[in-house]
Amino acid sequence: MIRYLRNRLLLAIPTLLGVATLIFFMLNVLPGDTVETMLRAEGGNPSVELVAAERARLGLDRPLIVQYGDFLAGLATLDLGQSHWTGKPVIEEVMLRLPITLQVAVLSMIVAIAVAVPLGTIAGLYQGSAIDYAIRIFAIGGIALPSFWFGMIIALVMLWSFNWLPPLGSPSLMTDPMRLLQQLILPAIAVGYRYSAILIRMMRSSVIDALHEDYVRTARAKGLRVARIVWRHVVPNSLLPTITMIGLEFALLIGSLVVIEQVFSLNGIGRLFIEAVSRSDFIVIQGIVIVLTVIFITVNLLVDLAYAAIDPRIELG
Amino acid sequence: MYSERSGMMEMGEVMEQVPAKTGASDDAPTLLLSVRNLNVQFRTNDSLVHIVRDVSFEVRAGEILALVGESGCGKSVSSLAVMRLLSDPKTTRFTGEARLLGKDYFALPEEDMRRLRGRDIAMIFQEPMTSLNPLLTIGRQIAEPMFEHLRLTASQAQVRAIDLLTKVGITDPERRLTQYPHELSGGMRQRVMIAIALACNPKVIIADEPTTALDVTIQAQILDLLQSLVREMNVGLVLITHNLALVARYADRVSVMYAGKIVESGTTRQVLETPRHRYTEGLLAAVPRLDVPRMARLQSIPGQPPSPRNFPRGCAFHPRCPAASEACRSQPELSATDKGQRYACIHPATAWLATTQTNTASDPANDRLVRAPVLQVRGLTKDFHLKRGGTVRAIQGIDLDVPEGGTLGLVGESGCGKTTVARTLLHLQAASAGTATFRGSNILSAGKSELLKLRQKIQVVYQDPFTSLNPRHRIGQTLAEPLLVHGLCVDKRAARARVEELLDLVGLPRDIAERYPHQMSGGQRQRVGIARALGMKPELIICDEPVSALDVSIQAQIMNLFADLQNKLGLSYLFIAHDLAVVRHISDVVAVMYLGRVMEIGTRAELFERPRHPYTRALLAAVPSLGDENRKSQAHAVVKGDLPSPLNPPAGCVFHTRCPIATDACRSTIPPAVALSQTHRVACIKAECP
Repeated sequence: MIRYLRNRLLLAIPTLLGVATLIFFMLNVLPGDTVETMLRAEGGNPSVELVAAERARLGLDRPLIVQYGDFLAGLATLDLGQSHWTGKPVIEEVMLRLPITLQVAVLSMIVAIAVAVPLGTIAGLYQGSAIDYAIRIFAIGGIALPSFWFGMIIALVMLWSFNWLPPLGSPSLMTDPMRLLQQLILPAIAVGYRYSAILIRMMRSSVIDALHEDYVRTARAKGLRVARIVWRHVVPNSLLPTITMIGLEFALLIGSLVVIEQVFSLNGIGRLFIEAVSRSDFIVIQGIVIVLTVIFITVNLLVDLAYAAIDPRIELG
Repeated sequence: MYSERSGMMEMGEVMEQVPAKTGASDDAPTLLLSVRNLNVQFRTNDSLVHIVRDVSFEVRAGEILALVGESGCGKSVSSLAVMRLLSDPKTTRFTGEARLLGKDYFALPEEDMRRLRGRDIAMIFQEPMTSLNPLLTIGRQIAEPMFEHLRLTASQAQVRAIDLLTKVGITDPERRLTQYPHELSGGMRQRVMIAIALACNPKVIIADEPTTALDVTIQAQILDLLQSLVREMNVGLVLITHNLALVARYADRVSVMYAGKIVESGTTRQVLETPRHRYTEGLLAAVPRLDVPRMARLQSIPGQPPSPRNFPRGCAFHPRCPAASEACRSQPELSATDKGQRYACIHPATAWLATTQTNTASDPANDRLVRAPVLQVRGLTKDFHLKRGGTVRAIQGIDLDVPEGGTLGLVGESGCGKTTVARTLLHLQAASAGTATFRGSNILSAGKSELLKLRQKIQVVYQDPFTSLNPRHRIGQTLAEPLLVHGLCVDKRAARARVEELLDLVGLPRDIAERYPHQMSGGQRQRVGIARALGMKPELIICDEPVSALDVSIQAQIMNLFADLQNKLGLSYLFIAHDLAVVRHISDVVAVMYLGRVMEIGTRAELFERPRHPYTRALLAAVPSLGDENRKSQAHAVVKGDLPSPLNPPAGCVFHTRCPIATDACRSTIPPAVALSQTHRVACIKAECP
């Protein structure tokens, strides 16, 4: 177990290095320049000397490879550099906004799993029936509807029908969890619906496969009740592929969050990301991508651990 | 729901016709299960397939009834119908009557039936590998029916589960309870399945091909266990099998199924010694046997078993029957003979021909075996190095000679390395050491261009004809491709002509070239596999389990084809199989492998008539044979235990852990091969003992 964790963490290093290299050079290929954008924003037409001086101050005049080495060296010491725009450390900017994004992400994951496992199981058990069709239409909806649009609709519906708006401010999970939940539940549903749609389809097909397994026939031959067969023999075995899907689809979840934070005016990573893009603040973009990569790797590690916990055939080592 | 209602309607009529015989007469054991006029239909998109037709049978306490037939005859479907386990009531309907201790349970609502299942009537399935839930412990799975039906507490269930595991011969039962299925061998899992079936002291057990997935020594262990449990606990066992020899050894009575019907039934002795239905007679003649002198040719039944979609009218066997007449096109009734043997045939066999057949083969002249071998394998070794450390020693220095124009049979249980031998000789994987000399050149060290030439001369026929043919290519294309690649035919027209020639050679109609693999039967596909190999004009064909996926009647056809081609084209075969009777029938020389080593090698006569290695003897004793009916009372030597893992083979003689005569010396020294004659070599330090 310890050895497995160590190996997985060691494996994360080349992954991170690859992502860092890719994002660094991709950003430097793109047109746009922080310094010019910033100076123009202050009005006027900055002189060539001013731009050059500012670039020299930020170290942007050095050869690309030196900047790259600098970036990697910073990564090794967990230093993601300073924002070119605000001058604050990137890690500080990210950490300020990370909690809200993670909270929405975890909440939508919970919503998605809570919806997908029962619905997928029911659809699989009653394959071809009206309820199966209803659930499948529900799932298609989740894949077809863009989550930002769905988010707006549910926000409007809540406002019109119940005259309810999510509370403002930044409540803390420790002191005021209910207010936090009220604030985050709508974006979580908007994103979680899409997430659950994919999981429902996975769960449904796994249940259908499991129902045809020989061990389910054995369970029937033992004379077990249907509920017991489903609960003991069908659902746990169907969860295995679904759990893998949860990890893979986490990347999609993060992508949706970037947009949904705009819709619900949440000051999360997504918002920071969009700001950074509009300001061509490459250092911040780089930093966000690195942090998200770390989160994605962690989630998939957790998924693999959960898999091993359910399936005795998997030995971590 | 649909099936139940229609079942009840039908039963009303049946009960008037056939008064249910429930009470046991004084001398006969209690009648436990009686099935009358069972019919099963599958509804497909366009038609209703009548897969089981008017099947009736009964089982008494302490009795084994065998339901025997080839694939697709409806025997498994019948057993599922008797358990009321047929999956979807919307697409299947079954009618008829099934009484357990006189109580008709087909009429019961599903909830009451559920309470019967696993408690009074239990089932053992074919695949022990997949029939247990991989995520639950063995203990949990054995206890489940006890919780459900007997309302035992967890501690009571545990005590009973330990009892049951002991009863089915599993050592260290306390530890096994906490283990998961993947930690157990196939034989052990089947023992666990038996323990589950016994959990609630059932009256009847239905075993659907319980040993088909297991090795022959394990098969003997499992069936001996089942037989003793049946006698001891006085339950009734319905044994469903395709293997007539198993029937001979274990069953008390037998019903033979063909095309969804029971065509003949009676005591095992009656049916096997005086078969009356022509199908039973043909089937018995088609089985290669170890207990009678080898025949030059197997008697095969022409044609193939009919598809359930299209059963012939009248007697379903008439298109394949040698004695069929116009009258057979109308329905023959089951007629009883005076001794209770029943058969559905209007021109029954009078005296079984097979035993009086005089086509016993003479042994090959010895010069054929002494001539320079076409393939000479020396010291062949193959190790697989595992990523996580450790080495599987798949083959450990074996010597083999394939006689020119003859057949070397390679036989052994699963995991003994016989398929690895084939793959290594075909250069599909590199050997770790050794040489294999074919026509003066070493295959194992051949360069690229030399290998290309050798590959033409050495061809292969695989076990599964379906997965080894490209499903998107027509047969003609599959056969023509290698001809064009190797430049044996200059253009497509020449290739087409050659393909027709090849199809003629293997006895297939020419129009089969236009078909796809899924449009053919298993036997036809295997013929295509052989035709593909012949296209290269090979001198040696390596056959890896070429008949083990086929039904008995088809198996006989293919084996005769192999023999004919050998005589006509002078081919040499390396014939790999697990079935000793098949190997004996086809081989001139036979090598017995165990855990990567050759235990014994000799001519057919030497090996089967004078086996010297204890493993060969055990293997021969474990194989059931049709003649076992006559010596049922004799205890047959059964090898103890499971095959050791090739990852960690025993030191010294690899067989010593299961050998009845092993001594300390066997544990320390690897026995050298002792030559008993020019052709007979035995790797056992006790080979000299009588």
